[in-house]
Amino acid sequence: MVDPLAYVIIAASLGYAGWGLVAVVRNQNPREWFVIGAAVIELLLLVQGVVAVVMMAVGDGPGETALFVSYLIFALLLLPMTLFWALAEKSRWGTSVLVFGTLVLAALVVRLQEIWEGVPGV
Amino acid sequence: MNGPVAGAGSSGPGRLLVAVYAVFAVGATSRAAYQISTKFEVAPAAYLLSALAAVVYVVATIALARPGATPRRVALGAISLEMAGVLVVGSLTAFDAVDFPADTVWSDYGRGYLFIPLVLPVVGLAWLRRRAKVSSG
Repeated sequence: MVDPLAYVIIAASLGYAGWGLVAVVRNQNPREWFVIGAAVIELLLLVQGVVAVVMMAVGDGPGETALFVSYLIFALLLLPMTLFWALAEKSRWGTSVLVFGTLVLAALVVRLQEIWEGVPGV
Repeated sequence: MNGPVAGAGSSGPGRLLVAVYAVFAVGATSRAAYQISTKFEVAPAAYLLSALAAVVYVVATIALARPGATPRRVALGAISLEMAGVLVVGSLTAFDAVDFPADTVWSDYGRGYLFIPLVLPVVGLAWLRRRAKVSSG
């Protein structure tokens, strides 16, 4: 894990969730800009994922590799599935799915950092 | 804005509800799988309870997402079980009646998950009631 990048992803996810919440309050559908925004976050996450996998390959990974990898896969699949589910609903409720999805993503990245650093839990 | 389609499970607010249930289904399933496969002997009861919670969330997610009367009844059963689970397990753990060596999603009324496990069945049941009213008239 690269901490600065993880913080950028967390901040971007929370920012996206806030942006989406404004759209929900203003009764807006999930629009094209939300897809682009989600793609940017996904790209950052993908970079983080590749870096983490490389670090694990050279033996600098977390103690619980299987746990970390399963969280990473969940995190990487989350936004594509969220978009798929959100875009079919042309109402504010579609947008609200995006808000929820990015809040979950932020929590997942925090959890990924904890697992990487060996904080006990689960 | 489109109104909810009669009998449809996943339109309008149901869209968000199914998304929340889906995340809990995936989360609870992978958590239970991890606990049971790596350290089952540490706390068999708690981990079996995790597995039960996972099944309840998976069934509720699928049933909520599907339109029609039968999925509605299945969802009602699953969410009622979920409600009972979070109340019983939440009470037992919150008042230390049983000392679980490991947390489950429902321990302390789902405090580890921002109390969403406690709120979710209430919202789920309210949504099913509303769907029943919409489809019957």
